[in-house]
Amino acid sequence: MSKKVSRRKFLTYMLGGTAGFLGAGMLFPMVRFAVDPVLKKGGGVGFVDVNLPVNQIKDKPIAVEFKVHRKDGWYEPAEGETLTAWVMRQNGKVVALSPVCKHLGCTVNWDSNPQFKNEFFCPCHFGRYYKDGTNVPGTPPSKPLDKYQIKEENGKLLIGPVIKA
Amino acid sequence: MMLRAIYDWVDERLDLTPIWRDVADHEVPEHVNPAHHFSAFIYCFGGLTFFVVVIQILSGMFLALYYVPDIVNAHASVNYLQNELAMGAIVRGMHHWGASVAIVMLFLHTLRVFFTGSYKNPREFNWIVGLLIFAVMIGLGFTGYLLPWDNKAYFATKVGVEIAASVPFIGKYIAIFLQGGDIVGAVTLERFFALHVFFLPAALFMLLGVHFILIRRQGISGPL
Repeated sequence: MSKKVSRRKFLTYMLGGTAGFLGAGMLFPMVRFAVDPVLKKGGGVGFVDVNLPVNQIKDKPIAVEFKVHRKDGWYEPAEGETLTAWVMRQNGKVVALSPVCKHLGCTVNWDSNPQFKNEFFCPCHFGRYYKDGTNVPGTPPSKPLDKYQIKEENGKLLIGPVIKA
Repeated sequence: MMLRAIYDWVDERLDLTPIWRDVADHEVPEHVNPAHHFSAFIYCFGGLTFFVVVIQILSGMFLALYYVPDIVNAHASVNYLQNELAMGAIVRGMHHWGASVAIVMLFLHTLRVFFTGSYKNPREFNWIVGLLIFAVMIGLGFTGYLLPWDNKAYFATKVGVEIAASVPFIGKYIAIFLQGGDIVGAVTLERFFALHVFFLPAALFMLLGVHFILIRRQGISGPL
């Protein structure tokens, strides 16, 4: 520890330290500004009445569109953003599946490929799911489709946020 | 030290030392060194202008992460980046105030060069390059002023375009060229944005490169 620091070394360190401090003072606000979306918490989505009487829900999946309010930076459409849920009954129980493919996030469709009857099919990489959302083994997705939280009020279906696996 | 070892490893292969020696090692005559004569601080104006320009480039790059050059969203995006993002007011403030500081420093630098007669033989060419830089910087100020798309921006641009339109014979065409049409509107905002972030900075970088190479070539002008 008693190693001597030469005058030149000392001045170099002081100069470097001062320059570093000034540079950091300049860069910090800009970097903080740039990474703000990472540090911000996303707003929670509430339950939406999708205007569908529960007794109309059958075994065959139907695409139900509903609007959620979401603020996307400066873009905040008053009418909201349209989301889709695949709603059906499984063993009598109502289920609402997310259409977002678990492989790489494209959108799946029910019974849309004549080769794969009665399956959810994703056109991007031919990902497939059975009716209950379970991924078909040997196709790209490695997990079943996400489910939406659902509630029933006055005989009508309410759809909430996606259940995080 | 670790850094030293990394530098030596790279240097051994790429021979970097002569390059940065050429950039950093140069004579600073006594008459321009504020440590010898305090009044020599006027010779720092050029370097300070460049420093402010660096801040403008950096803060501008960061603002461009959020800004949208579109008449519907421009003001909303500025409002968002200033008021809803952390440090937004600071980053926009750096660009906003820095723009004025850059013009002021540039003007002071020009005055210094003028009153010390530094523009004379053999440095006439660099004086001309400097004046072109001045023109580009004014252009950057003028085009950037429109981008927030508020009342002040809109009417300042109308005034600027009308002044340009007063040029004899070709004024009308200059105005249409600047506006990209018959009014200050959607097309004007987009082309001012393109000029502000692509065309004028490109011109500025090239001119600054020439400016600095010539200074190094010709050296700093002698004492009064």
